[in-house]
Amino acid sequence: MKKVMNMVNAINDALDIKLKEDRNVIVYGEDVGVEGGVFRVTEGLQKKYGVERVFDSPLAESAIAGTAVGMSIAGLKPVIEMQFSGFANPAFNQIVSHVSRMRNRSRGKYTSDMVIRMPYGGGINALEHHSESIEAIWAHIPGLKVVIPSTPHDAKGLMIAAIESPDPVFFMEPKRIYRAIKQEVDEEKFSIPIGKAKVIQKGTDITVVAYGAMIREVQKAAVLAKKDNISIEIIDLRTIYPIDRDTIVESVKKTGRLLTVHEAIKTFGVGAEISSTVIEEAFLYLEAPPKRVTGYDVIVPLPKGEHHFIISPERIYYEILRTVKY
Amino acid sequence: MFKEYDPIKNKMLQIMDNDGKIINEKFMPDIDDSEVLEAYKKMLFARTADNMTVSYQRQGRIFTYPPNYGQEAISGAVARIMRDEDWLVPAFRELGAYLAKGASLKEVFLYFMGYEEGVNFKNAKNFVPYAVPIASQLLHAVGIGYEIKYNKKDQVVYTFVGDGGTSEGDFHEALNFAGVWKAPVVFIVQNNQYGISTPFRLQTASDGIAIKSYAYGIKGIQVDGNDFFAMYKAVKESAEYAKAGNGPVLIEAVTYRKGAHTTSDDPSKYRTKEEEDEWDVKDPLKRLKSYLKSQKLFTDKDEETLIEDYKKEIDRQFIEAENFGSYPLEDIFKYTYGDMPDDLKQQMVEHEKFIKWKEVSQNTNV
Repeated sequence: MKKVMNMVNAINDALDIKLKEDRNVIVYGEDVGVEGGVFRVTEGLQKKYGVERVFDSPLAESAIAGTAVGMSIAGLKPVIEMQFSGFANPAFNQIVSHVSRMRNRSRGKYTSDMVIRMPYGGGINALEHHSESIEAIWAHIPGLKVVIPSTPHDAKGLMIAAIESPDPVFFMEPKRIYRAIKQEVDEEKFSIPIGKAKVIQKGTDITVVAYGAMIREVQKAAVLAKKDNISIEIIDLRTIYPIDRDTIVESVKKTGRLLTVHEAIKTFGVGAEISSTVIEEAFLYLEAPPKRVTGYDVIVPLPKGEHHFIISPERIYYEILRTVKY
Repeated sequence: MFKEYDPIKNKMLQIMDNDGKIINEKFMPDIDDSEVLEAYKKMLFARTADNMTVSYQRQGRIFTYPPNYGQEAISGAVARIMRDEDWLVPAFRELGAYLAKGASLKEVFLYFMGYEEGVNFKNAKNFVPYAVPIASQLLHAVGIGYEIKYNKKDQVVYTFVGDGGTSEGDFHEALNFAGVWKAPVVFIVQNNQYGISTPFRLQTASDGIAIKSYAYGIKGIQVDGNDFFAMYKAVKESAEYAKAGNGPVLIEAVTYRKGAHTTSDDPSKYRTKEEEDEWDVKDPLKRLKSYLKSQKLFTDKDEETLIEDYKKEIDRQFIEAENFGSYPLEDIFKYTYGDMPDDLKQQMVEHEKFIKWKEVSQNTNV
């Protein structure tokens, strides 16, 4: 059976399935209980599973992450929420010093296999600290997996996989498309493997790699490029780490060109990692230098300045043209 | 005052009852009628501005706003005591204090319309921008306090946080440092009973916040935050105590957030009408107005006239903010560094090239 869902519904559905089948799953964070989260992702779950399993924590991100370390060591499966990715910063110490390291430190005796959910990204007219994309920082930490869905279907399947993962998973939710995309999603339980990218459009002239809210923008750019008869292969990365190098390299070997697109700032970002991979593994296939369309290396501006920062389909199209015509 | 209202006694400083009657003469602050009237007017202005801002948001003219509704006496008292040379290190729900410090409403509007310019506060001295990461600002206040001591200045720092913020580690670290350094900081916790949807009882098992001062070896006091006189008394004595080199003070101002957390929030999801009604009786403006009326200092007619004037003034400043104009590209780059790296300059150049291409391609319909 399928049901029309947006990303909020799909994540809620995945949490519901796992809460139902595994009593070790515990969902908590700021305002996730009675209110169901500021974006309503956990709506109704406290009512269904009780305050012991779905609850509002005091306002302290470091404590949320730190207590989740203890819970997971003791055998529970915490799924915690950072209300906005920008508010995860106080938890940085717990995440970098413990969440990512517990397995290694204890030589596998203990793990911190939790899921850390967080809405992230810009484009929603928000205050400071509500629009950042810092996936590269999390992906840079050994021991963490970082997942970013771009559709309701993927969000559900990846969330199930994240909760079932033996490792801590950062589940970054592109809040700009929380409700913007609706699609039919299987009501039954299914999972999508972490670490596998997906070719969502076949093409022959250029490979465009993106993820999260940028997929939609790339698809719009691909429409613009149609009139130039440019055939674009679009890869939805779906997992930032472990990165699926094979799918990217295989595609670039076919197209000879690479463009990466992300909202996050350029320098030392995910695009740099992808470009390096392609240079290392498909150098002789390249017909143009790998290019990046990214946020600029600045603080995300407040809404009145965000149009300068946020990536438009035109900007992606512009770089596609430059790369193809190189 | 600190002795009588030692937090260990679990007593809250209250001077005026819900009907505006003075019930605690002993602690009634020494304050002129004209000063009280002025304070009320400022609180009324803040409330009128606040209400109008919520309507502007509903009309889609600003993107979000955290209302101060119900908490005006706290900032209202600080506003009468804080001097130009004192520091204000805010959270984001202290409108009356911003205006007293010299911020304009236009600037407040600009920020919530989405311009960083709105926290530049051009005419305000010693006023740090709003801190969105909860409780983080308290440590900055302590650092400023250190400088005041270091340079032996006659200043005090006023800093704010909500009840939710007292759960953050930064709150405890700030109180601890301030205690060790004897920093001249007045910490004001606006205990408005909610951190977004989370009620106070889920923030802490403690009986109030003021008592936490004990653990850091500093002075603390719980105050009826909806009682202008109690707030005035507490803030004034705390500032004097801190300035005299005795160390920081933790004021817990017990109040109620009558509005939403921000305009994106809907309180009906997590609290009852009965509870709201209960607090309505303790409304800070209602109480102070009753007092003023009983002293024959103010009438309902005065209020009507004032509100009409205020509305015009507020709307004038709002329109000015709306006409602030465009946001140039270089503004997203130029404040990132004092010494802008060439690499970053190049990114700006690249963006300009793209814009040019876009204009040309649109004109020629490429």
